[in-house]
Amino acid sequence: MTRTPAQGLDTFPKWIAHHAKVRPQRPAMRFKDLGIWREWTWSQIASFVRAYAIGLQDIGLKRGDKIAIVGSNRPKLYWSIMAAQSLGAIPVPVYADAVADEMAYVLDHAEVAVAAVQDQEQVDKLISIKDRVPSLGHILYDEPRGLRDYDHTKLHPIDAIIERGSAILKEGPDVAARFEKAVAESKGDEISIILYTSGTTGRSKGVMLTAAGCINAASDSAKFDGLTERDEVIAYLPLAWVGDHYLNYAQQMVVGFCVNCPESPETAVLDRREIGTTYAFAPPRVFEGMLTSIMIRMEDAGWLKQKMFHHFLGVAKKWGEKILNGQSVPFGARLHYGLGEFLVYGPLKNVLGLSSIRIGYTAGEAIGPELFAFFRSIGLNLKQLYGQTEAFLLVTAQPDGQIRADTVGPVMPNVELQISGDGEVLYKSPGMFKGYYKEPEKTAETMTADGYVKTGDAGFLDATGHLKIIDRIKDVGKLKSGAMFAPKYVENKLKFFPNIKEAVAFGQDRDFVTCFINIDMTAMGNWAERNNVAYASYQELAGNTQVYDIIKGHVDEVNRSLAGEPMMAASQIRRFLILHKELDADDGEMTRTQKVRRSFVAERYAPLIDGLYTGADAADISTQVTFEDGRKGVISARVKIVDLTPAPVAAAQGKAA
Amino acid sequence: MKPAQSINRGDVLLEVENVSLRFGGVKAITDVSFDIRKGEIRAIIGPNGAGKTSMLNCINGFYHPQEGRISYRGVKREAMRPYVAASQGIARTFQNVALFKGMSTLDNIMVGRTLKMTSPFFWQLWRHGPALREEVEHRKFVEEIIDFLEIEHIRKVPVGKLPYGLQKRVELGRALAMQPELLLLDEPMAGMNLEEKEDMCRFILDVSSQYGTTIALIEHDMGVVMDLSDRVVVLEYGRKIADGTPDVVKADQKVIDAYLGVGH
Repeated sequence: MTRTPAQGLDTFPKWIAHHAKVRPQRPAMRFKDLGIWREWTWSQIASFVRAYAIGLQDIGLKRGDKIAIVGSNRPKLYWSIMAAQSLGAIPVPVYADAVADEMAYVLDHAEVAVAAVQDQEQVDKLISIKDRVPSLGHILYDEPRGLRDYDHTKLHPIDAIIERGSAILKEGPDVAARFEKAVAESKGDEISIILYTSGTTGRSKGVMLTAAGCINAASDSAKFDGLTERDEVIAYLPLAWVGDHYLNYAQQMVVGFCVNCPESPETAVLDRREIGTTYAFAPPRVFEGMLTSIMIRMEDAGWLKQKMFHHFLGVAKKWGEKILNGQSVPFGARLHYGLGEFLVYGPLKNVLGLSSIRIGYTAGEAIGPELFAFFRSIGLNLKQLYGQTEAFLLVTAQPDGQIRADTVGPVMPNVELQISGDGEVLYKSPGMFKGYYKEPEKTAETMTADGYVKTGDAGFLDATGHLKIIDRIKDVGKLKSGAMFAPKYVENKLKFFPNIKEAVAFGQDRDFVTCFINIDMTAMGNWAERNNVAYASYQELAGNTQVYDIIKGHVDEVNRSLAGEPMMAASQIRRFLILHKELDADDGEMTRTQKVRRSFVAERYAPLIDGLYTGADAADISTQVTFEDGRKGVISARVKIVDLTPAPVAAAQGKAA
Repeated sequence: MKPAQSINRGDVLLEVENVSLRFGGVKAITDVSFDIRKGEIRAIIGPNGAGKTSMLNCINGFYHPQEGRISYRGVKREAMRPYVAASQGIARTFQNVALFKGMSTLDNIMVGRTLKMTSPFFWQLWRHGPALREEVEHRKFVEEIIDFLEIEHIRKVPVGKLPYGLQKRVELGRALAMQPELLLLDEPMAGMNLEEKEDMCRFILDVSSQYGTTIALIEHDMGVVMDLSDRVVVLEYGRKIADGTPDVVKADQKVIDAYLGVGH
């Protein structure tokens, strides 16, 4: 089933040797240290990794042993992965911000023998959990600060291991020869890395990936996007996340481009600007943060600059995406856009460090269409993809020119995709995992009988062959009529409006869908100020008739968009209300990570839900609230309920599902 | 004013003997004596107006006490100016941040190296030859401090734009750039939130352990003082009311009365 990668380079150590031969003087990695970019070429990397591997062997790391990698994106931690793989040992990257407990679980489960970590903070964490991880022997560290007085019998600087390896290499030529022979004999179907999932549902699981699988997957996507050795990326994603291993390791290896490590996580934006990265990968919140910071800074700009900014943003909104998609655009518009590029978009992209970006991906969660359109309109080739750790990332991705905000693109080359009877997305991919480490029963649960992997996501392929993801399959319910009801899908559509902060949709086993809405105090408060609407509290603003009208407009728009999707047409919102208080983690209505606790909210606001389904035009509610200082009080209110007429369903296919 | 002898860890580095300071009829400090030993973290605490900052000002030569003597490295000091104290290795930070607001973090910390610059004025004027070589050396040192204090991301940001907690850190950086033997910190954690305080505590401990710098600090947060310092001196109305390890001071009735008030 597995194909052998091109030129027989089926393991990463073979690729390192290949690059050292083919492009010895090309930069492979940079790191900004003490304010200066330091650079290593492929031939330097190859010799470091060789010495490092031999040093590791000397302290007892063997084929099949696990080595934990903990820290932010530092060259020496990447070299640790390379060196371990050169010996046939298996790297296990761990989230650096994991608390000691989580780390203890992962390290013990993976039975790590050695750990390579960034600094004192991580060393302390490992020392504190040492008796819970009996297999752990040596700990290696990158930054020596604060570690001078520690017991160094089992603690070593990474540099010392590299030196030890270099010393052994000097003993005779046969050491190097043995090393090269071992690399040449390594096999692609061996496990090359174990990536632990972040564990949103229960304990994290160790996803075992093979070298050849990783290499095949990375080669496919590198070809898909036309990556070359001249591309530059910046490594700021967590090492333990599949995205980092994909972009900053596997793709680097198969293409030979340069990975740049920022000084610290906070300097990533500045460092990106200095390097001028050409290829990037970021979750939507990164883009959201950029947009907010631009908008806030523009508020403080002078009159002329503001005028210019808003004028050209209008031009970009009208023509930018069309130009980027290569559609035909009148000459005058092109000229106008070109002027905008010179005066606004260019400088803007420069400030954000995006000037040289050829390809940008956003993934991880749904991105707001306006946010997506903004970045595309100013000429940033932002695209979406869908993937999983188990797939070694890519299942679908948007090719240039076929970009839409609401899909995640067509199936990638060499990936097979199926939608199961109950709407779950299934796939087979070249980088597909070998199983969960030490958990065959969980592996079996995840696979179908004919070898497809279950994603746990509900989705469908639209008419153009693009995949649309609806929700986690376990959250997808049904209306009384049997039509599919995906609350998160509806809520996300609502939340993309800046005026709506939070939405909770109901409909499971009901006749139709209803919804609670929280308005966004910043956006609506701003509106109130500009329109001379006086209010004293959230409750008062939320009850305002004009506010209701605005929100009604938004909900109508969502209904129209739902009506355009055959599977979702039944999920149109018939009745909604604006909650009299903001959902708050202090009251247990949300988790600390700002996710709504649906069942708790349903229970607490049961009288309101009754109101939504009984046809009343208002409902009474009194709820207990917790103030910041811990005191408790009661808010009671009469909440208005609004009826909506559903939009006509466009397609004749009618009720699918 | 050369050091009289080499000072080892644990020896008395600075000694304050029977110091009194008056501003006209106001007695800021009355007959206070204590010492600071090499390598320790020494806290000076006391209620508002107890004379803590005046004490620091005496130590770094900004105020000149009318009575008593201060000896540094075993040598009694004459009335002197702050820059003399600075060139002897005493650096300080201020209760109200006193940075150059329009200058970047980097430049502010570079200022701390001024006293160490030796190349001739002429070369400095043109930033050429020996002056440039020297600056590169100093820049390297400053970059190490930036790395140490984890402020890489604000290297080029004008400090006036920074939040208060970071400004405090930059100020510490500037003091460290002098490679001081004795570091005076005037309320390094005032106005900080819990997280910033924890960071600052870690930096102070790291400075002490990594550079071996002796630190005297004024602080109001009792938790911080008791955790950080080796010895504490307590002032009230310009007089010393207690002196000793945190445990001793904590149990002292006079200190409890001064902080919590006396029942009448």
